[in-house]
Amino acid sequence: MSSSGDRTDGRLPTAYRAVGGTSFVEFLGAQAPHLLPGGERREHLGAGTVVEAPHGTTIVALTFRDGVVVAGDRRATMGNLIAHRDMDKVFAADDYSVVGIAGTAGVAVEMVRLLQVELEHYEKIEGTLLSLEGKANRLATMIRGNLGNAFRGLAVLPLFAGYDPGPGTGRIFSYDVTGGCYEEQRHHSIGSGAHFARGALKKLWHPGLLREQAVAVAVEALYDAADDDSATGGPDLGRRIWPTCAVVTELGVELLPETDLEPTVQALVEARRDNPGGAR
Amino acid sequence: MTFPMYVSPEQLMKDRADYARKGIARGRSVVVAGYDNGMAFVAHNPSRTLHKVSEIYDRIGFAAVGKYNEFENLRVAGIRYADLRGYSYDRSDVTARGLANAYAQTLGTVFTQESKPYEVEICVAQVGPTAASDQIFRLTYDGSVTDEPGYVAMGGATEPLTTGLRERWEPGMSLASALRLAAGLLRPGAEPASGPLSAEELEVAVLDRRRPRRAFRRLGGPLLDALLSPDDPTSDIPTQDDRRPGPHDLLTGAPDA
Repeated sequence: MSSSGDRTDGRLPTAYRAVGGTSFVEFLGAQAPHLLPGGERREHLGAGTVVEAPHGTTIVALTFRDGVVVAGDRRATMGNLIAHRDMDKVFAADDYSVVGIAGTAGVAVEMVRLLQVELEHYEKIEGTLLSLEGKANRLATMIRGNLGNAFRGLAVLPLFAGYDPGPGTGRIFSYDVTGGCYEEQRHHSIGSGAHFARGALKKLWHPGLLREQAVAVAVEALYDAADDDSATGGPDLGRRIWPTCAVVTELGVELLPETDLEPTVQALVEARRDNPGGAR
Repeated sequence: MTFPMYVSPEQLMKDRADYARKGIARGRSVVVAGYDNGMAFVAHNPSRTLHKVSEIYDRIGFAAVGKYNEFENLRVAGIRYADLRGYSYDRSDVTARGLANAYAQTLGTVFTQESKPYEVEICVAQVGPTAASDQIFRLTYDGSVTDEPGYVAMGGATEPLTTGLRERWEPGMSLASALRLAAGLLRPGAEPASGPLSAEELEVAVLDRRRPRRAFRRLGGPLLDALLSPDDPTSDIPTQDDRRPGPHDLLTGAPDA
């Protein structure tokens, strides 16, 4: 009846009633390890086997006066093919943090889902929110657990950002494939178009940006990434596909609706007419 | 030659049941009652940190009376059960009925096999899209499970509570009237002389069916005072959460921080 395998007579196994554990990932690892991202698949793949799977591409994040903005393009690629044109790669992890994903889309989406349950699980058991560093570290542990997959070309590299009520600012964390977690200042970008996006962010970001300005900067950085990186999707006016954009402030996470993004993107495309590099 | 003293199974079970019942009767009571837009949990509990009522999953709440360490154990087990099930299938596949069954089996096994039964009584409630689809399950120390229509009272001296609810609770009543009814019935020791319990002595939470995903909210501050006061026109909670940083599950109605 259950996925946990060792349930007897439908009663909750002793491990469920064990005292102290607040981590869903640890509980899952003990009760149903095959459900961990990349869990059971490990044995079927010899080392050195490289799997072709859709990859997510560029994510940008920047702080502004009231918090942090995270935006991602909508494209997933598989080799030279476009696997998806309208994939969402920026997700709310909980009420005060978001995660944007680059790398193998399947594993990354599973990891985000697990992170969401992990944070909510802690919140329900402890009755309090995990600190922002605590959340960033939980994600680092999951990435570390995925190292075996990374050797097979199934690496996941997320960008984590959130509002820290202590200092009252937005903060950004990046990761490496071994689970290293680094706090970034001001802005950061990850994924195949990250170099171009970062160049744009350096020139466009300045302290004390307002919310609308920060969203415009994020959209413009993605535009520049798409301009030079074929794996990053640019604004698709014909299909009306806009970037995913999340704003995190002390009021929580807000994923911007299309009605907000459309005018921003349209204005940017208009401004770039006869000025492809955005010189100013 | 000595024989071990013979105790009939009836006597053994009766002793265990008496033991558990005595433990539960010592504690303060909890009322769970449906209202037009959801389900209200009202516990006589002056503590702000040791909860008797809590969130299990998106649409499922939990209330308990008896020994804290024992029901806390069950609460955590329920959260683990629900999160694991929701993660491996889908969030919509987590139901109060499934959880109540797991609790019933667990309590039943503990009652017959362990050296002492759990001195707890718990309630698992779920809100559906309409009041007709709401579910309340009551579980006792021996694993018996009952499906309660609309309301349930648990803990010490539940007789007057249940009678009061039977006479005065009605389907589709507003949150404010449900809370005032519960606060009026939850008097310590059921002394008719004392007035209804004040907000400080109550732990109040709701499952609000109008909220999109997580329906559980604790109530406190000016909002709870307004709901409990018979002179105040406030009859339900706002559909917008408090605009302030911090855990989202507490509604106080306090002005913007």
